[in-house]
Amino acid sequence: MNRRTMGKTLAGLAAGAAIMALGVGAADAQEKLKVGFVYVGPVSDHGYSYQHDQGRLAVEKELGDKVTTTFVENVPEGADAERVIEQLATSGHKLIFTTSFGFMNPTLKVAQRHPDVKFEHATGYKRAANVATYSARFYEGRTVIGQIAGKMTKSNIIGYIGSFPIPEVISGINAFTLALREVNPKAEVRVVWVNSWYDPGKEAEAAKALIDQGADVLSLHTDSPAAIQVAQERGLYVFGQSSDMTRFGPKAHLTAIVDDWRSYYVSRVKAALDGSWKSQDTWGGFKDHMLFLAPYNPALPKEIVDAAEKTRTDIMEGKRHPFQGPVKDQSGKLVIAEGKQATDEQILKMDWYVEGVQGKVPK
Amino acid sequence: MSADLALIGPVLAAMLTAATPLLFAALGELVVEKSGVLNLGVEGMMLVGAVCGFAVTAQTGSSSAGFAVAALAGAGTAALFGVLTLLLLANQVATGLALTLFGVGLSALIGQGFVGIPIPDVPELNIPGLTDLPVIGKALFGQDVVVYLGLAMVPAVHWFLYGTRRGLILRAVGENHAAAHALGYKVIRIRFLAVLFGGAMSGIAGAYLSLDYTPMWAEGITAGRGWIALALVVFATWKPGRVLLGAWLFGGVTIAQLHVQGLGIDIPSQLLSMLPYLATVVVLVLISRDIARIRLNAPASLGKVFHPDA
Repeated sequence: MNRRTMGKTLAGLAAGAAIMALGVGAADAQEKLKVGFVYVGPVSDHGYSYQHDQGRLAVEKELGDKVTTTFVENVPEGADAERVIEQLATSGHKLIFTTSFGFMNPTLKVAQRHPDVKFEHATGYKRAANVATYSARFYEGRTVIGQIAGKMTKSNIIGYIGSFPIPEVISGINAFTLALREVNPKAEVRVVWVNSWYDPGKEAEAAKALIDQGADVLSLHTDSPAAIQVAQERGLYVFGQSSDMTRFGPKAHLTAIVDDWRSYYVSRVKAALDGSWKSQDTWGGFKDHMLFLAPYNPALPKEIVDAAEKTRTDIMEGKRHPFQGPVKDQSGKLVIAEGKQATDEQILKMDWYVEGVQGKVPK
Repeated sequence: MSADLALIGPVLAAMLTAATPLLFAALGELVVEKSGVLNLGVEGMMLVGAVCGFAVTAQTGSSSAGFAVAALAGAGTAALFGVLTLLLLANQVATGLALTLFGVGLSALIGQGFVGIPIPDVPELNIPGLTDLPVIGKALFGQDVVVYLGLAMVPAVHWFLYGTRRGLILRAVGENHAAAHALGYKVIRIRFLAVLFGGAMSGIAGAYLSLDYTPMWAEGITAGRGWIALALVVFATWKPGRVLLGAWLFGGVTIAQLHVQGLGIDIPSQLLSMLPYLATVVVLVLISRDIARIRLNAPASLGKVFHPDA
């Protein structure tokens, strides 16, 4: 155990202590359904966890007379998460949302011990009678921004900051690259993995490294706005992640893929209240209002915005699929045949790059 | 290839800035440890410095005021540690860990109103002629003022420790507090001052991250750099010059592994990220094999509680 994980473990302990305190404080709220939320980052990250918390606030606003909500932020993925989830379950929470991929196994373990508690796990693929899963088709947004990137780049090098090489991120890179090269076949994507969801310093370093290598448009799949600031400082373009990050770089920020969990959370809490809740898998896109695009930067030419909007509505109406064959992988092998589209299964297990991405997928 | 050569300048520049927060925090901790105190709360003090510096800069628009307040806030947090461990004789390791947890929470609390607020940039040095030099110009002569301040602190700390009487006394206190006490030196006061200095340096290190490196406040913005700084002190075998080398190594490897990935070179990035820590372990093993060398560098009274009456 290095010192850094030791620090995180201690942070987890502190989070555990915080919950116990909360459990005591909320005990007098009788009759109300207690709903718990577990976040991987701080609510104030203005990215991924912030958007989940917007969903929680929507639940409070709409159903505040019937439910009370608790959230635990900064929960490390892994063993600590299990303790945090367990504590939520034992302190009377009957519906618990665990909002990060790495909470998958801890959620299932706790769910096994608490069959009377309902769990909702985001972006995972394992379910149980009392564990439902949900995610957004983030890659649909990547198609739109990839197309914009292809038209805005002059160096034909796009920098892409990745968190962890999991299918959710890789399918985003691929959808982005396919749309990018459709409008600009000469463009290529360079990926840098920072092996963290949230490390502003490292994300900024990655952004600088990519820009120094010639990238003039950046896309990111990490949670802090650090790369937006770097792009602003260097006078280049960038797409926000999870949340509208315009104020961190008004000139640089072209648009952002914004996660929107509000309607989903409200509908699932309602289902738990009226007894219609059952385990299921929800994977929604633009059509289901689980993601939308932040306002386009006024600097974007009208024809680029119009084309982007057309792509977005085409995806919404099912006229266009982000993974429309023929799609070749890096070695030139045909993976999705002409006229075919990637199946959900293929997207959920994606562990290969399409043509146009530099480097290899880390194993 | 000329394209690769052109990367040298930016890589050097990025390495220098990545090393700066490590350098400040590690130099401060080095002085603390040389006085015989082990303060594991560097991460916490950095966070408190980062948020206080950010808050002041956001209010006043002055980054110098921000750095000054960050140093004070870091020293204030360290004073708490000093009172607990030096006056109330609490266990240093446990208190230091508690200080980090405390700093994480306190900084998040103070920072609540400052998330997502923009602040003015710290001015960068620009010497006509020198800054425009090819390849190395920007790296050597185009950085923020704080980067140079950090570099200047290395000889300053070295001179203080090995060139002044006060430095000699501080080291004596760290080596054998009973003997120093018997000679009439005020062990607790000297250690308290060293702890305050360490806190101020950590505060500046934190403020460099929130004011300069990524000009924003975000919870946990230090992301473990305080712990790296602690490792650096051991890596450097308690020598200021080697702290600088170590900071460059740690910073350089961070930057290099990002570039390696961007260029699509097939080396696992995790392997590169691991290297500085591996080097720390190797250094630890090497110096532990040679008792004389440990005696020469590691303060003999490090982490030991001092009872004035004993």
